[in-house]
Amino acid sequence: MIERRFRKRSIFLLLYLLFALLPIYWMVNMSFKTNEEILASFALLPRHGTWDNYKVIFTDVSWYSGYINSLLYVSINTVISLIVALPAAYAFSRYSFLGDKHVFFWLLTNRMTPPAVFLLPFFQLYTTLGLMDTHIAVALAHLVFNVPLAVWILEGFMSGVPREIDETAYIDGYTFPRFFLTIFVPLIKAGVGVAAFFCFMFSWVELLLARTLTSVNAKPIVAVMTRTVSAAGMDWAVLAAAGTLTIVPGAIVIWFVRHYIAKGFAMGRV
Amino acid sequence: MKPINQRAWLLVLPVFICVAFSAILPLMTVVNYSVQDIIAPERRVFVGTEWFVQVMRDEDLHAALLRQLGYSLAVLLVEIPLGIALALSMPAQGWKASAVLVIVALSLLIPWNVVGTIWQIYGRADIGLLGYTLASLGIDYNYTGSARDAWLTVLVMDVWHWTPLVALLCYAGLRAIPDAYYQAARIDGASKFAVFRYIQLPKLRGVLMIAVLLRFMDSFMIYTEPFVLTGGGPGNATTFLSQYLTQKAVGQFDVGPAAAFSLIYFLIILLLCFILYNWMQRVGTGDRPGAAP
Repeated sequence: MIERRFRKRSIFLLLYLLFALLPIYWMVNMSFKTNEEILASFALLPRHGTWDNYKVIFTDVSWYSGYINSLLYVSINTVISLIVALPAAYAFSRYSFLGDKHVFFWLLTNRMTPPAVFLLPFFQLYTTLGLMDTHIAVALAHLVFNVPLAVWILEGFMSGVPREIDETAYIDGYTFPRFFLTIFVPLIKAGVGVAAFFCFMFSWVELLLARTLTSVNAKPIVAVMTRTVSAAGMDWAVLAAAGTLTIVPGAIVIWFVRHYIAKGFAMGRV
Repeated sequence: MKPINQRAWLLVLPVFICVAFSAILPLMTVVNYSVQDIIAPERRVFVGTEWFVQVMRDEDLHAALLRQLGYSLAVLLVEIPLGIALALSMPAQGWKASAVLVIVALSLLIPWNVVGTIWQIYGRADIGLLGYTLASLGIDYNYTGSARDAWLTVLVMDVWHWTPLVALLCYAGLRAIPDAYYQAARIDGASKFAVFRYIQLPKLRGVLMIAVLLRFMDSFMIYTEPFVLTGGGPGNATTFLSQYLTQKAVGQFDVGPAAAFSLIYFLIILLLCFILYNWMQRVGTGDRPGAAP
């Protein structure tokens, strides 16, 4: 009985994984073909496998610097988002204060605006500040959607932690910063891992703002990619190779935070 | 309830500053544009609510709004249950858990314009895996010709792209449930379903709330993927609200109406999210008799 249920679950999981992997397989497949081969006929494997598309990316500085720029501002953004969101989420989950519910919901409303709305004002703002075409400008601009997300996710996890833990720690003489960093944050590791991954992910794939605020020095990979669409037609093969490479950093990030996500609650340590 | 402590504002202040800095300025700009007719940068006329009236009476917009509502509803109805089911069936530990976690997260990491482009090829009956498979099964599938196929393709693409978001949130939420709860359930002899209904689901309320709201607002503003995949066609079958907005703002250079449209758009999302938020809070706490505290 238990075994059958177990098998049913595994079959469902395997089917989903197949569904998830097939389009990615197709992208990787395309990245090893030439444009002619992609458009000529259906083929499960590239007939004359070629590394040329990857060579284009790794030998052209404007291509590979796109990855470095993206990584830089995404990392800055993720770190700032988490640092400001952790204490705020704690405040929302533990205390009542003037306007708490309103501020909490208002935070999320910043994700409800069509991104195009931000373009012109941000362009003017960062030009005035002299931050155009810098990594910090994009990192700051992305805070507008990542900070609310991080606060909401972390608040959800913090509210699941019983309040007795805080009270016991304060009675034991812990100061707030020490309690927060050494006891509380480790308790919600899963939430921190997920929040970090989502901040990374949303900043990594954002195109409109990143493209508008940069020109050369901080141009992100998502913007560099748009050059595969030109008057001469689509460069499917190079786009597929670039797409394959954009997965890699995020996959590494999730590999590092996986323990935080999978381990979860560790009550015994308090 | 929670103790009242006004000093908690100090903890919120950094977030408040960060977000207000980026949020208030754009909002002012949009409001400013929405009530003016900008003929040239130095010639502006105050027009009051004219743009708002014009946008509200736009028949095409009503159709796009209805399409959008139907689409977002479909996204939620498919992705939320699928995401929960996926989170429940993912292994909890060991190398399998790590591998599954990474594979599930992959689709989230692809830039949105690449997602559309890949599916454009993937769905083609002559050279794409999906289209080719469907064609060889004898199914007449053509996402560029048939409105139904185009709509379904955009939906399936969205499910493929975004279900991992729901699944990862739920998975982390499940891992955060202390073992003591399961032990108590085992002692009581609770069935699998009872464990899900009375332990896992209530504990997932926080993460499900954010998952539902995120998926709702993001699907309501979906732009890049359908634009790249179908260009809004065939006909208007996959022209959603944001695409309509972009046509107005960029295509016709109507900054005034576009700004008015953005504000109305924002208010619709805000209203629907607010309703969802309140509804989920009530469902989460109201109908659990005996499950207190």
